[in-house]
Amino acid sequence: MAVQSVKFYQVGSRAVGNRLLEEALRTEQASPARRNALNSGHRACQGCGEALGARYVLDAAVRATGGKLLAVNATGCLEVFSTPYPESSWQLPWLHSLFANAPSVASGVAAALKAQGRDDVRVLAQGGDGGTVDIGLACLSGMFERNDDVLYVCYDNEAYMNTGVQRSGSTPPFARTATTEATGPEPGAPIGQGKDLPRIALAHEIPYVATATVAELHDLEAKVERAMTMRGARYLHVLVPCPLGWGSAPADTVRLARLAQRSGLFPVFEASHGEITAVLPIRSRVPVAEYLRPQRRYAHLFAEPPRIDLLERIQAIADRNIGRYGLQEA
Amino acid sequence: MRRQLEGSRAIAEAVARCRPQVVPAYPITPQTHIVEAIGAMVRNGSLAGCEFLTVESEFAAMSAAIGASAAGARAYTATASQGLLYMAEALFNASGLGLPIVLTVANRAVGAPINIWNDQSDSMSQRDCGWVQLYAADNQAAVDLHVVAFALAEELSVPVMVCVDGFVLTHAFEPLEVPEQDAVDAFLPPYAPRQVLDVDDPVAIGAMVGPEAFTEVRYLSHYQLSQALTAYPQLCDGWQRPLSMVDAYRVDGADTVVVTLGSVSGTVKEVADEFGNVGVVTLTMFRPFPYAEVRKALGAAKRVIVLERALAPGAGGIVSADVRAALSGTLAEVSTVVAGLGGRAVTRAALRRLVADAMSGWLGERLVFLDLRDDLVEQQIDRMRQRRASGPHALGLLRDAGIPGSRIG
Repeated sequence: MAVQSVKFYQVGSRAVGNRLLEEALRTEQASPARRNALNSGHRACQGCGEALGARYVLDAAVRATGGKLLAVNATGCLEVFSTPYPESSWQLPWLHSLFANAPSVASGVAAALKAQGRDDVRVLAQGGDGGTVDIGLACLSGMFERNDDVLYVCYDNEAYMNTGVQRSGSTPPFARTATTEATGPEPGAPIGQGKDLPRIALAHEIPYVATATVAELHDLEAKVERAMTMRGARYLHVLVPCPLGWGSAPADTVRLARLAQRSGLFPVFEASHGEITAVLPIRSRVPVAEYLRPQRRYAHLFAEPPRIDLLERIQAIADRNIGRYGLQEA
Repeated sequence: MRRQLEGSRAIAEAVARCRPQVVPAYPITPQTHIVEAIGAMVRNGSLAGCEFLTVESEFAAMSAAIGASAAGARAYTATASQGLLYMAEALFNASGLGLPIVLTVANRAVGAPINIWNDQSDSMSQRDCGWVQLYAADNQAAVDLHVVAFALAEELSVPVMVCVDGFVLTHAFEPLEVPEQDAVDAFLPPYAPRQVLDVDDPVAIGAMVGPEAFTEVRYLSHYQLSQALTAYPQLCDGWQRPLSMVDAYRVDGADTVVVTLGSVSGTVKEVADEFGNVGVVTLTMFRPFPYAEVRKALGAAKRVIVLERALAPGAGGIVSADVRAALSGTLAEVSTVVAGLGGRAVTRAALRRLVADAMSGWLGERLVFLDLRDDLVEQQIDRMRQRRASGPHALGLLRDAGIPGSRIG
């Protein structure tokens, strides 16, 4: 396909049209040669953030490895919607074993490649937040501490969406799920530290840890690219809004991911061997309410009377993140 | 060359000569010596081209073996007891995906109560996980079965579990012959997978299958597993020492035949020698179940005693259910004898009494527990009748038995 030169108008300073960039700086998604690793025709919901994230990540990883990439998948939405027998959307070698074991399976694949002397072929494992922060955590921690040569990608939509939206260890405070009803004095998911997996990954001091969202494509692709230049255990945590579970409009997936980052609730950073090396600064900060309001899982916070007290507690989490990671652009 | 070797060491050397490429390992008694020895061989270079992974659980060990096998590598691991149960989900997955992994189970009891000693509760609990199950009667068989296991697994694309009695075999030192590298190489060709993750020929392995084809996929698992009934004897024919699927001993003209699996077979044969008119049938292969061979071996027996090293609570026997099915339509009486649980010795004296009970007609089709301490269980049952808060069984039984240290304070 010939690349057409199209003139775009820039919108302020915040939305550089991809095609205004030099060709070398354009995203893999803009390339006619992209693998389309997760091909069309799959059965994800409209506006699925995970489908978007997986395609972004895998296409970038396929490019970074010159097409020599094997993928291991945990059980979950991504696995179910992509491979209803006898169809498969995967345009690369792909293995699904169980819910909890994707990191260990990937370790085994990496070990096999090493034993066969195939250091040109790379391994990427992927799962949702349930498969990663909850049921798969032991296997993931083992993969980290052994520094196995795997990039593990968590697509975090903050609950068990495949089974009908139940709370996971990644569900944020006060979010309604099917197992955290929006009733009582502290409605929705309980407030606490939650399970902050990027920080758990940092504690393993593995070569690379990064977070990203589906709203910042250049950032996400650059992180995948960087991860694939390294060896050893690497972890990428991608926020992927879920219209079904969050009660948001399918068209709002990218907007919500951006608001999550700009509110400070989802810090976007990268780290090397346990030390933060870069953050995606917040250029125009938004109050958390702006991010929460479009999501029906938080509708109880905005009812009459609104739960200002709970919103303040969520705002405090965002403020703490901004301080901790130095997210506010000077 | 015969050498004085520990069973675990000999198994490790046999496995090493099968040139495994990935060995994920997690320690559990009484299996640990096997993976320790393999790890040492990888470290000192005598087992080249092998990745040894010290993983964080048995579930991870089997999962890494799944990944390695799907990536085209020969994969092996070993476990026992709780470890086997902890990897149960991955066992079903490995067989469902048709990955030819070889696993040693150093047979050990399953808790509670926790018990590290030998019986076969662990592997019997995984009877239906879709793996070939081979039981070694002695350490030489254990060594040889591992070589055959790799060949069988890879020929059929099914995983194979080699069950070796914990301690009794794994920790026993005896003169053993570990096959030479040349002999193993001649017997076992390099692994040629039916399916592999290959960047030049991408496939999706582990797709979701709904009602439209799930039965067919499961049927094919059954079909492939059943092929072992013909493939295994053919492979054994090409091996340097005789190996059986079903070993029949003194069965000709014997009215009473004892059926068993594993190392207890030796003791049973000694008792059979004393009687002279008692046969012994030892099953090496338990899955797939060799119905025709068992029926043939039990021939005209009138009384069949199935000596089981495991218990199906609420039902009784596990092996005897299959033996009965194999003998369906015959007049043979089949009894179930649960023996040697959690490391209790199966003595010749107890077996003599058992055979005498069978010959007298008392045993019939009963379910009996060999050497059960009736006094102890009756006291505990009585205690439960008298007191709601009767406490843990284990504590009550140990107190009644007067085991020192059973009383706290």
